[in-house]
Amino acid sequence: MSAALIEARGVTKILSGIVPVTLVRDVSLTIMPREFVAITGPSGSGKSSLLYLLGLLDLPTSGNVLIDGQSTTLMTEEERAEVRLTRLGFVFQFHFLLPEFTIMENVALPMRALGKLSARAVTVRAEEVLASFALGDHRHKTPDQLSGGQRQCVAVARALANDPPVILADEPTGSLDSISTTQVFGILRDLVMLHGKSVVAVTHDLNLASQMHRRMDIVDGRLVRDEQFIPAADAH
Amino acid sequence: MNLILTIAWTHVRHRARQTLVAIVGVMTGVGFSIMMAAMMEGSQEDFIRTLVDALPHISITDELREPTRQPADVIYAAAEFHGLSPEVRRPGIKNPMATIASLQTWVPGALTPSVQSKAVLRFAGRNLTVSIIGIDPRTEADVSNLATHLRQGTLASLYRASNAILIGDRLAGKIGARVNSNVTLASAEGASMSATVVGTFHSGFRATDETTGYVLLKTAQILERQTGIVNELRVRTRDPMEARLISERIGEQTGYKSISWQEAQEDLLSAITLRNVLMYTIVGAILLVASFGTYNIISTITHEKTRDIAIMKSLGFRDHTIRTIFVIEALLVGFAGAALGWVLGYLLTRGLAALEFKTPFSDYNHLPVLYSAKHYFLATGVALMSSLVAGYFPARAAARLHPIDIIRGAT
Repeated sequence: MSAALIEARGVTKILSGIVPVTLVRDVSLTIMPREFVAITGPSGSGKSSLLYLLGLLDLPTSGNVLIDGQSTTLMTEEERAEVRLTRLGFVFQFHFLLPEFTIMENVALPMRALGKLSARAVTVRAEEVLASFALGDHRHKTPDQLSGGQRQCVAVARALANDPPVILADEPTGSLDSISTTQVFGILRDLVMLHGKSVVAVTHDLNLASQMHRRMDIVDGRLVRDEQFIPAADAH
Repeated sequence: MNLILTIAWTHVRHRARQTLVAIVGVMTGVGFSIMMAAMMEGSQEDFIRTLVDALPHISITDELREPTRQPADVIYAAAEFHGLSPEVRRPGIKNPMATIASLQTWVPGALTPSVQSKAVLRFAGRNLTVSIIGIDPRTEADVSNLATHLRQGTLASLYRASNAILIGDRLAGKIGARVNSNVTLASAEGASMSATVVGTFHSGFRATDETTGYVLLKTAQILERQTGIVNELRVRTRDPMEARLISERIGEQTGYKSISWQEAQEDLLSAITLRNVLMYTIVGAILLVASFGTYNIISTITHEKTRDIAIMKSLGFRDHTIRTIFVIEALLVGFAGAALGWVLGYLLTRGLAALEFKTPFSDYNHLPVLYSAKHYFLATGVALMSSLVAGYFPARAAARLHPIDIIRGAT
């Protein structure tokens, strides 16, 4: 059996304040390779908060998140940044591309931040990734010259730039029309089916969630349901 | 291009108007700092050079360093004496030629004897009190610029008549005297003589040109009614800056009061120091004000870029990378401002040097300025340092942003 890519052990997140708010309560889960996971639940249930905890964008109040079996609790911010850069890819509801940079530059950004590839190799890799999303012709355009669906595709391409094993997506189709939604969802599914990535996506869309391999329901910060429709191993 | 530089450059480039305002702020600060430093140091250097040229570097007068002890003091160990007439000391430096010969063996420079006297100059019914300086024309050119200041006549003209005098051109103009005019000199010692004007000089200092006359040593000695008297030795050192040390040594050797030009003008030199403190304070304030512009632009950019900062951090950019991006942006503004400030500073200095004006104290009609690389580098250094500080605080705040707060807000 493959090792878990992400593992949450009794993770709780409480926002301190005059009235403390519990966002996530004692959640334990594992994300295995090649899993296509939907996190669903009502608004304010803690879906995105859980995703941010799994993606090391936030620190749990208690519990532990392990990436590739390694505890992240005692990691410094620099070490967590390194894990985000190499092991995780993020896609948000809005594309969040840097507006002054071209599509090519946006996709190259994580690779340049990692600094392991030469400038030439970065360009080649960025062109490859963009071509795989049929965005090669748009590489010199800026985000405002693309449609909403195309921008989100670029955001997925950027998340894949450093070839991370896991993509964490927060409502990736939440701001898209139905055609773009189908397009982006297809890309995410291909990442799992064709490229062997794991995708964990927060979504409100139960129709999309039902097409994914595993569904977790979060209510009031608790993981109330974790249902595997298709085993990760069979999905490929 | 390096990633950090690329992002920093893109940020400032896309805010051209705001960036330009900040750059103009730094440019103005650097430009005016350079101009002020050039003006202040230029006038200071010119002033000191004029002082050094106009005055003897060292003046040895017949005043003793220690007051003379009366003979009774030397003989008796008494606390007080009554009814004794103190011994009257003959004015003048003892054995001046021997003293000069002794000093010439080690003093790096030239020495000349002179006699300082006061007299009333009469001509065409006008009486004016003037300073009469008795000089030796053969050595005077070695210690002063009198020879170059002569408008009519030469130093050797003093030998032309039995009592010859060189007078300031303003003095000549005031009394209406010309070359070959005969004037009368009457000293405080009661001596009176007729003297022939053999030349005029123009030093550029109104006070000197209106109230000074040069005569031969012998003539001044007659006015003082002291044959052979020399009451001042004037020294011009090879390096004017060493005058103070040489002066101290001369004083110790001769026992006479020896004053360097620095000591003689101590008050003025202190005023210059004070002026420099004021100048650098003002220059610092100008650059500080300019740095507020830089702070403003970097704060604005970080504020506008909070979402991008959050995204970069979520992608895995480290805090120090984010901080460096914004510090680099501030430095880009600082560098561009400083580079343009050099041009502005140079042009302002040139413009200032070209201005004409009149001063009642001297003939200079152009403001003296000093072109020095030091001013440019100093202003640039301060501008970059203040840009760095101005950029650091917004950069630090940017690096401390919690990406989740921004992403939640955006969604």
